[in-house]
Amino acid sequence: MAARTFPLGGVHPPDQKHLSAAKPVEPAPLPDLLVVPLSQHIGAPARPVVKKGDRVLAGQAIGEAVGFVSVPVHAPTSGKVLRVEPAPHPLGPPQPAVIIEPDGDDRWADDLEPLTDPHGADPDEIRQRIQAAGIVGMGGATFPTHVKLSPPPEVKIDTVILNGVECEPYLTADHRLMLEEPDRILAGLRVILSVFGLDKGYIGIEENKPDAIELLGRKAREQGFAEVVPLAVKYPQGAEKQLIKAITGREVPSGQLPMAVGAVVQNVGTAAAIWDAVSVGRPLVERITTVTGEGVAEPRNLRVRIGTPVRHLIELAGGLRGEPGKLILGGPMMGIAHHDPDVPAVKGTSGVLLLPRDRVRTAPEGPCIRCGRCVDACPMGLAPTTLRTLIAHEMVAEADEWNALDCIECGSCSFVCPAAIPLVQAIRYAKGRVMARRRKGG
Amino acid sequence: MTNPNDPKWILSSSPHVFQGDTTARIMWQVVAALTPAVVWGVYAFGWRAAWVIGWCVAGAAAAESGALRLRGRPNALADGSAVLTGLLLGMNLPATSPWWMALLGGVVAIGLGKQVFGGLGQNPFNPALVARVFLLISFPVAMTNWAVPGGALADAVTAATPLGAAKTAVATHGALGDALAGIPWWKLFVGLQPGSLGEVSELLLLVGAAYLLWKRIIPWDIPVAFLGTLVLVTGAAWLGAPAKVVPPWFHLVTGGAVLGACYMATDMVTSPLTARGRWAFGVGCGLLTAVIRLWGGYPEGVSFAILLMNATVPLIDRFTKPRKFGWVPDAKGAAS
Ligand code: SF4
Ligand code: SF4
Repeated sequence: MAARTFPLGGVHPPDQKHLSAAKPVEPAPLPDLLVVPLSQHIGAPARPVVKKGDRVLAGQAIGEAVGFVSVPVHAPTSGKVLRVEPAPHPLGPPQPAVIIEPDGDDRWADDLEPLTDPHGADPDEIRQRIQAAGIVGMGGATFPTHVKLSPPPEVKIDTVILNGVECEPYLTADHRLMLEEPDRILAGLRVILSVFGLDKGYIGIEENKPDAIELLGRKAREQGFAEVVPLAVKYPQGAEKQLIKAITGREVPSGQLPMAVGAVVQNVGTAAAIWDAVSVGRPLVERITTVTGEGVAEPRNLRVRIGTPVRHLIELAGGLRGEPGKLILGGPMMGIAHHDPDVPAVKGTSGVLLLPRDRVRTAPEGPCIRCGRCVDACPMGLAPTTLRTLIAHEMVAEADEWNALDCIECGSCSFVCPAAIPLVQAIRYAKGRVMARRRKGG
Repeated sequence: MTNPNDPKWILSSSPHVFQGDTTARIMWQVVAALTPAVVWGVYAFGWRAAWVIGWCVAGAAAAESGALRLRGRPNALADGSAVLTGLLLGMNLPATSPWWMALLGGVVAIGLGKQVFGGLGQNPFNPALVARVFLLISFPVAMTNWAVPGGALADAVTAATPLGAAKTAVATHGALGDALAGIPWWKLFVGLQPGSLGEVSELLLLVGAAYLLWKRIIPWDIPVAFLGTLVLVTGAAWLGAPAKVVPPWFHLVTGGAVLGACYMATDMVTSPLTARGRWAFGVGCGLLTAVIRLWGGYPEGVSFAILLMNATVPLIDRFTKPRKFGWVPDAKGAAS
């Protein structure tokens, strides 16, 4: 049977996973300083509950949630709070952060209780525990997980999908997790299933990870509550709507969430974190991050404490190689370029990618030759070049009619454009303008 | 906090990797794909074929450089698009064309066909065809002075193109008679026929097109829709009146059908953006070509057909807006 996939568009970025795919996950030693941003998810940033000079223990809350769509932030290790002040942030301008000097003991707070019966617990209790553990989507979108697990009462969830696709080229963090800790992932899936009273879930994995498909597939069959679905290697196979379409055949309606078709998608790393939270009571203070690219000496998969400055991770990967070009947090298709290696790894940091200068395209933007490649590549069925032309003329209403808001910013259009036109950038701008116009009721 | 010794990292928006094709690479690959057919043209018609193409390319390049300079734009000759236009125009001319006509054609192609609209990507009509039609109207005699492929290749055919001869025969005698007798279609297919200097060898044009298809530089839907429609319509007409109508396989291998369908109708700038649009466009081109050839005043119809369809592209684009994901929720499809 041909592997399943989504129907429209998609591209095949050159796969560079071989750089790190065979490297087992190793714990990254603690850095001298941890920079823990109070905002690590979509939604309201946490409110700091520690101040300069406080001593903290690993797993102790240092920021509290300020509403439903918010989660607390925890100290990644024991040590002293040096400052609470704005610091470099992976998503853009500096944001308030708690800066901790580790004391080297890595002592854990002991008020963390596991749930007595993690698989039989009350759904509300599980959700509370997940929120209290500060768990957010670890695939990169960082949406608070408990919110995704709390659909309104009239919504019936019948499909839970774990996302092990990892379609971003270069990244191997999820791949390694699936190979090394399949049981944590499956246990986490079982917890999620119990929240919805379901007895079976799916795990989507791209076919370029046959070892993970084999291992998780076998375990899933043994345990009986999961099915591994091999998926064609095509970007953006890991995008939520594309993944749901590939696995269930259902198409999430434009402008709506996966729950509109009864589906909930969680990253495999998130599932593992959920299991830690309910089984040992451990909050989310670390994650696996791939430090890779042709621009580092020794690409690696590292178990990284949240707040570790990227500079430290680059050193752990043997330092820079070649003439530095780009420093990217995330993958090459959707990651964000940075200029400051003091930026910390956070809950959503799946990769630190270093591209040497000769890998960075610097061609100037040329005129659109209407080749249509961007249209053919768009997995959302949009016409990127048309959207760009419309928004270049500030034709906001028309950009709305041409469905600007449906863009998932996957970058496939820019990837294929022979004229080097920054289409995603233009469409991102268009989305902002369309939303502003809609708010005004125009 | 930033260490001044830190390297200067490049900042730009995602994505950070690219497929690698550039406009220049696309244009030059089309030029490369045309080369076998051009070489055949030179072999068949002698050096004057190269001479004609050379003047077309020179005219196009000069017009491109001049116009960009006037507009204060950086010179863009290296992107290959002007050279390609000149080359395509040359391939559409008789090998007997005088040098000044070729030069003028090149200038008109770029000047009137492209730069007046704002340059690369902005022109609604295929520039080479604009120039060809301009020359056809201005110098009708020179434009239909078909050379017989030289030397040993010159047997059996007259200096009229097979389609022209057929048209004349039907007009004067009311039937094809033996206008096509003694011309096996495969001879036309490999390029032993009079015609424009670059369109005579369908075989080599198809080889080049296959390369471009393989490299995904041209879409397959336009040529297939174009030639398929041409065969269907001329085939139906031929079945209805075999004594008066050229059989469909002759329509395929004569005139500019293959050159037009694979290299001119597929011009990205002047064809629709979406797959559905490209189908509509290709069918339209094939239909118009057939209508002009069957009932029009000219033996050839490809140029006019493509230009007419170029004019409809904005309309086609509007009516073939892509079907967006999530438009028709299919809530029943269960995981199976
Ligand atoms: S970034 Fe947006 S417009 Fe471009 S391909 Fe992806 S979904 Fe389509
Ligand atoms: S890919 Fe680039 S050049 Fe091609 S149609 Fe889209 S914007 Fe234009």
